[in-house]
Amino acid sequence: MFSYCADPNSLEGLLWLSCYITTPKHMSFYNSFLVVMLLISLAAPLAMAFGFAGSIASRSSILLVRYLGKGYLAMIRGIPDIVFFLFIPIALDQAFEYLRHKVLCPEVTEAVRQGNDFVVCSVAKLPLSSASEWVHDLYGFSLALLAFGFVFGAFTGNVLSGAIAAVPKSQLETAEAYGFTPRQIFRRITLPQMWVYALPGLSNLWMILIKATPLLFLLGIEDIVYWAKELGGIKTGVYDYPHPDWRAWYFAVLMIFYLTLTYVSQSVLDRLSNRLSIGQATMAGKAN
Amino acid sequence: MSCLQTISDYSLRSLGYGERLLPKADITLCEQFVLIGSGMIWNIYFGMFALFFGFFFATSLALGKNSKFWLFNAPSRAFIFIFRGSPLFIQFFFAYDLFIIIPKLGMDIELGFLTVTVETRWLTKAWLGALIVLFLNTSAYAAEIFYGALRAVPSRDIEAADSFGFSGMKKFRRIIWPTMMRLAWPSYTNEAIFLFHATTLVFFTGFPAWRQKGDAIYYASYFAEKTFNPFVPYPIVGFYFILFTLLIIGIFSIVNKRLNRHLAPNDQSNLKIRLNLIR
Repeated sequence: MFSYCADPNSLEGLLWLSCYITTPKHMSFYNSFLVVMLLISLAAPLAMAFGFAGSIASRSSILLVRYLGKGYLAMIRGIPDIVFFLFIPIALDQAFEYLRHKVLCPEVTEAVRQGNDFVVCSVAKLPLSSASEWVHDLYGFSLALLAFGFVFGAFTGNVLSGAIAAVPKSQLETAEAYGFTPRQIFRRITLPQMWVYALPGLSNLWMILIKATPLLFLLGIEDIVYWAKELGGIKTGVYDYPHPDWRAWYFAVLMIFYLTLTYVSQSVLDRLSNRLSIGQATMAGKAN
Repeated sequence: MSCLQTISDYSLRSLGYGERLLPKADITLCEQFVLIGSGMIWNIYFGMFALFFGFFFATSLALGKNSKFWLFNAPSRAFIFIFRGSPLFIQFFFAYDLFIIIPKLGMDIELGFLTVTVETRWLTKAWLGALIVLFLNTSAYAAEIFYGALRAVPSRDIEAADSFGFSGMKKFRRIIWPTMMRLAWPSYTNEAIFLFHATTLVFFTGFPAWRQKGDAIYYASYFAEKTFNPFVPYPIVGFYFILFTLLIIGIFSIVNKRLNRHLAPNDQSNLKIRLNLIR
């Protein structure tokens, strides 16, 4: 990056380090931190949407919808989330390709599943084999994002249905006595009040979401874990910047990154909860 | 090949016994069930030992965090913050790479009648290295739970103990500790379940599976890769985990009953599974 970096072998000490940490590969490493932030900021609203839909569905008056919603909220409790992170992207990928295969190549009559192979015609492939590199990256990231949205949607759904249940019953009964329809009760009484009850659970989920982002590595995305492994590995003399195994130090940097992120989030959330509890008839509210 | 044959070939494969090669072609449902079940041995091993050792360490950490003496307080707080504030995933990577660069040493421990050689390279093997990370991690999470419970012990209990002349160790063992356990137990059950779930991370992080001796999800992803069909192996893993989660709840609720047995039925707390906690 700097002009004196032209010949790395002649450098020493801090000068060497300043060149080393500004190589193009390190720039990709720094960019992958932005990818993590992007994932968090996109996954949070997506999970909110999934969770809201799930908690509404689990209270539906239609039997099938209710069971689907309840099943969605319950599945996360007994099965490790990593199973879902491994399962959902492949399953979604195959589902998309299967649908495109049926639509785009109706003339092919052979089964898609042939023994141990999953064969779709070439125009149904996702992304197309002719697509450029960034399309592949984007597709992989979107699948990962959907997996995050799905899993965290189930968590959020649990928090939200708990919050809905926590709204005082007497208020709902009063609304009913005034002749509100169930829809009106939900929209005017339950919905505005549930957020206060949901806040502790949601802020907890936010911390969990932050700590779940390294799972991107499992989904084959070139994230911070990938680059830490890549850059930290032993570099022999054939490289411009030879060094021994530095992976532990790269992971130490990641630890510090995550600790900072969780620490800052925690202080912001604590402040928010203090602010919201002012004037509330709770212990925290009285203390203020 | 019959299913009984498969069971005798693969049921202990994850420990290195039985057939050496994993099934490659014409993978049957039975093979998937047996091999993934065999991998569960590792999940149970990690979960049980980390939880057992973690319990004691967590109790001391909770007391340390509650202590007014900075030499106990500060390290406990720092430890809990570091292990709860960073992802377990990164902790595994960090620990593994750290264990690799420490010098390879052998150490003989004389036990009188026999000599045990302890080597630092064992740390890079999952059975010890990953267990240590899981142990430290669950200790931090459980310590926070225990600390919360310790703060919630009713002050009237302690005053009553004081007036009866209890003090020091006796007061802790007879009055504070049982109440702390009773208050913490529902959350601690949750922690046990999710520690058990977190054991699935071991072979996806730094620790390599030696000679394809892996845990349940290691074999599941192997099958998903080989058959290109995720719809069979992953539900099997899910099935096993639900089964063992129910088992954990069963065992912990027996303890919970015992901890609550002196209370009137209305005051007793029931176990309830709450949210999953990814680390």
